[in-house]
Amino acid sequence: MSILVNRDTRVICQGITGNAGAFHTRGCKEYGTQMVGGVTPGKGGQTAEGLPVFDTVYEAVEQAGADATMIFVPPPFAADAILEAIDAGIKVIAAITEGVPVLDMVRVYEKVRASDSVLIGPNCPGLITPGECKIGIMPGYIHNPGKVGVMSRSGTLTYEAVWQTSNLGLGQSTCVGLGGDPIVGTSYIDLLKRYEADDQTEAILMIGEIGGSAEEEAAAFVKAHVSKPVAAFIAGRTAPPGKRMGHAGAIISGGKGTASEKVAALEDAGIVVAPTPADMGQAVQEAIARRG
Amino acid sequence: MKIHEYQAKQLFREAGVPVLEGHLARTAEEAAQAFQQLGGPLAVVKAQIHAGGRGKGHIIDNAEQRGVVLVRSAEEAQAAAAALLGNKLVTVQTGPDGQTVNQVFIEQGCDIARELYLGVVLDRGASRPVLMVSTEGGVEIEKVAEETPELILKEHFDPAVGLESYQVRKLCKKLGVEGKAVRAAEKFMKALCRFYVDHDCEMAEINPLVLTADGQMLALDAKISFDGNALFRHPDIKELRDLAEEDPAEVRAGNFGLSYVTLDGNISCLVNGAGLAMSTMDMIKYHGGEPANFLDVGGGANTEQVTEAFRILLSDPNCQAVLVNIFGGIARCTTIATAIIEASKEVGFNVPLVVRLEGTEVEEGRKLLAESDVDIINALDITDAAKKVVAAIA
Repeated sequence: MSILVNRDTRVICQGITGNAGAFHTRGCKEYGTQMVGGVTPGKGGQTAEGLPVFDTVYEAVEQAGADATMIFVPPPFAADAILEAIDAGIKVIAAITEGVPVLDMVRVYEKVRASDSVLIGPNCPGLITPGECKIGIMPGYIHNPGKVGVMSRSGTLTYEAVWQTSNLGLGQSTCVGLGGDPIVGTSYIDLLKRYEADDQTEAILMIGEIGGSAEEEAAAFVKAHVSKPVAAFIAGRTAPPGKRMGHAGAIISGGKGTASEKVAALEDAGIVVAPTPADMGQAVQEAIARRG
Repeated sequence: MKIHEYQAKQLFREAGVPVLEGHLARTAEEAAQAFQQLGGPLAVVKAQIHAGGRGKGHIIDNAEQRGVVLVRSAEEAQAAAAALLGNKLVTVQTGPDGQTVNQVFIEQGCDIARELYLGVVLDRGASRPVLMVSTEGGVEIEKVAEETPELILKEHFDPAVGLESYQVRKLCKKLGVEGKAVRAAEKFMKALCRFYVDHDCEMAEINPLVLTADGQMLALDAKISFDGNALFRHPDIKELRDLAEEDPAEVRAGNFGLSYVTLDGNISCLVNGAGLAMSTMDMIKYHGGEPANFLDVGGGANTEQVTEAFRILLSDPNCQAVLVNIFGGIARCTTIATAIIEASKEVGFNVPLVVRLEGTEVEEGRKLLAESDVDIINALDITDAAKKVVAAIA
C-alpha cells in the first residue's frame, strides 16, 4: 500500500492549457500516472496533451471519473480552483501554484477541513507514490518504490532527500510536499497518522525549515503516537532573524521558529536529526537501526 | 511589503481607525509650518523609516538625538527636523549602519491616560488571523511575549465576519478598559480587524495604542506590512512602496521574480527552491565558508531571469566564488546551463564557479556546459559542491 494516491488514482490538471500545466501533465503521463483530463474554464471540448478539456471540475468528475487534481491555476484564481475541486468531491487536491494570497487560504482552509478532501499545498511540488502515481512537478526518475514516507515543506530539498534514500536502496512509499506557505492544507501530523497506519511505510523522513511551529507540533505528536522510526532535517540553521528566506513561511520572527528550537524538540521526541542536508538518507538508516 | 507610519495613518484615517492629526515634512521649514498648522501647544516630530524602535534609537554620530522628539514651538520642531533629516538613525531593528531619515512626521500631542498594545497577525497554528492586545503598551512586545506571555490576550476572528462585539467586551474586561472607553475600543478594534482583512495585511501593529483622559482610543504609532502575494488586487497600496528603504540588490532581484537576501559572506549562491537554498547556505557554513546571499531562482525561471541572477551575484563586491546548486523539478537544468553560458559571455566569471546539477533535463544541461568554454568546477552532490567552493577561495 501507500498513502493518498496509487495506480488507481484518476488525475486531472486544473490549468492544463497553460505552459506549466501542459508540461507537467505530460511529465505525469510519461511517468505512468492515470491522467484522465484537464480543466480550463472556457476551453471545454478541446483536447490538450491528448486529454479531454472540461469547463468545470464537475464535468471532469462525471465524465472522466476524476478523483484527484493538480492545480496550476495562476495565484489570483487558485483559491477558487481549490474550492471548486472540494465542492466537486475530488479526494486529493495538489495545489502547485506559488503566490496565493494568505487570506484566500484562510477561507480555503476552513472549507477543506470541513470536507472529505485532502489538500496538499499550495506552493508545493505535489505528491508521488513511486512506480504508481506522480501528481506534480517532481522529477520522476529519482524515486524508487520502497519503505520511507517522505514529507517536506520544501520542494527541491525533498528531491535531495529522495535521491539520497534511493541511492541507499531504501526507496519511498509516498512522498508529499506540504508547501512553503504560512497556511497549507495538510500538516505533518495529518501525514504522520497516515504513514503510521500504512503497511508499506517502515520509516518516516520529515523535512522542515525555520519559521512557524509545525515541526515542534509534529515532534510532540511523534513522541505520543508514532511507533515507526522517524528522521528529520531542518533547513535554515544559518538564516538571520527577520529575513524571509524565499518561502513566506520561512522567517524567524520575534525570536521564534529558529532551527535550534526545532532540532531540540525533534531530538527530544527521539527523532534522528540529520546535521546537514547531505545526511538525510543516513539519518533514516540510523533511525531504522536504532529500532533494531 | 512595509510602509511608513505616516502612510499607514493616512490609510487608517480613510478606514475609520482613529488617529491624531499630523503632517509630513521633507525639510526643516516644512516641519515648522506643520507645527503651526497643528496649532500647538505640543507636537511630536517622528523620523520616518521602516524600522521600529525609533523612540529609543538615535542618530548615528549623536547619541543624544532620538528618532522621536517632543516639541513645544515651531522653532523646536524645525530644530528637531533639521537634526533628523538626511542623517542615519540607528535602532534595534536597523543594524549598526542605521537608515537615512528622508522625511519626518509632525503629529499633534495628546493627553495620554494609558498606553496599550494592539496587533493583528496571522496565527499559523490556528490558520486564522488573531487580534492580540496587551496592557504592556509602549515597550517591545517581543520581550513581553517572552517574559510574561500571560499579559498578551488573543482573540481569533473569521475574516469574513470580522471581530465580534462580545470579543471586544471580553478583552476590555481583562484590560481594565471601562465606561465610555469600551465603545471607543469596540469601534477601534473592529475597524482595525476589518482593515487587516480589506487591505490583505501581513501584520498591523499599534504600539502604543493610547487611551486618552477623555476616553478616546487613538493609534499613536502604526506599523503595517502587506502580503506581497495579494498586492495584485491593491494597486493603490503598491504605490506606497518606498524603494529607498530596501536593499538595492533585493529590489533588483525582486523585479525579475527572484527571491534574494543579502548576507555578510563571500560565497555567492544560486539555488532553486527556498529550502534547498537555505540548506546550501547551511552546508557552506558547515564546511567553513560564509554565504554572501540567499538566492532562490524559483521554479518557473527562464534564461533571462537566471542570467540576471548571475549579474546580481557577480556585481556584489564581496563575491569571491559562485556556487550553483540546482535540483531541477519545475526548473530545468538546461535553462540554468544556458544562463551560465550567457552570463559567462556577457559579464564573465572572474571568480571560481562550482556547479552541481541534478533533476529535470540534467543530462542535456550537463552536456551544454561540457560543450561550452565556461570554466567550471563540477560537483557531484551538495557536500562535494560545498567543499569545492570553500576550497576554491581558501
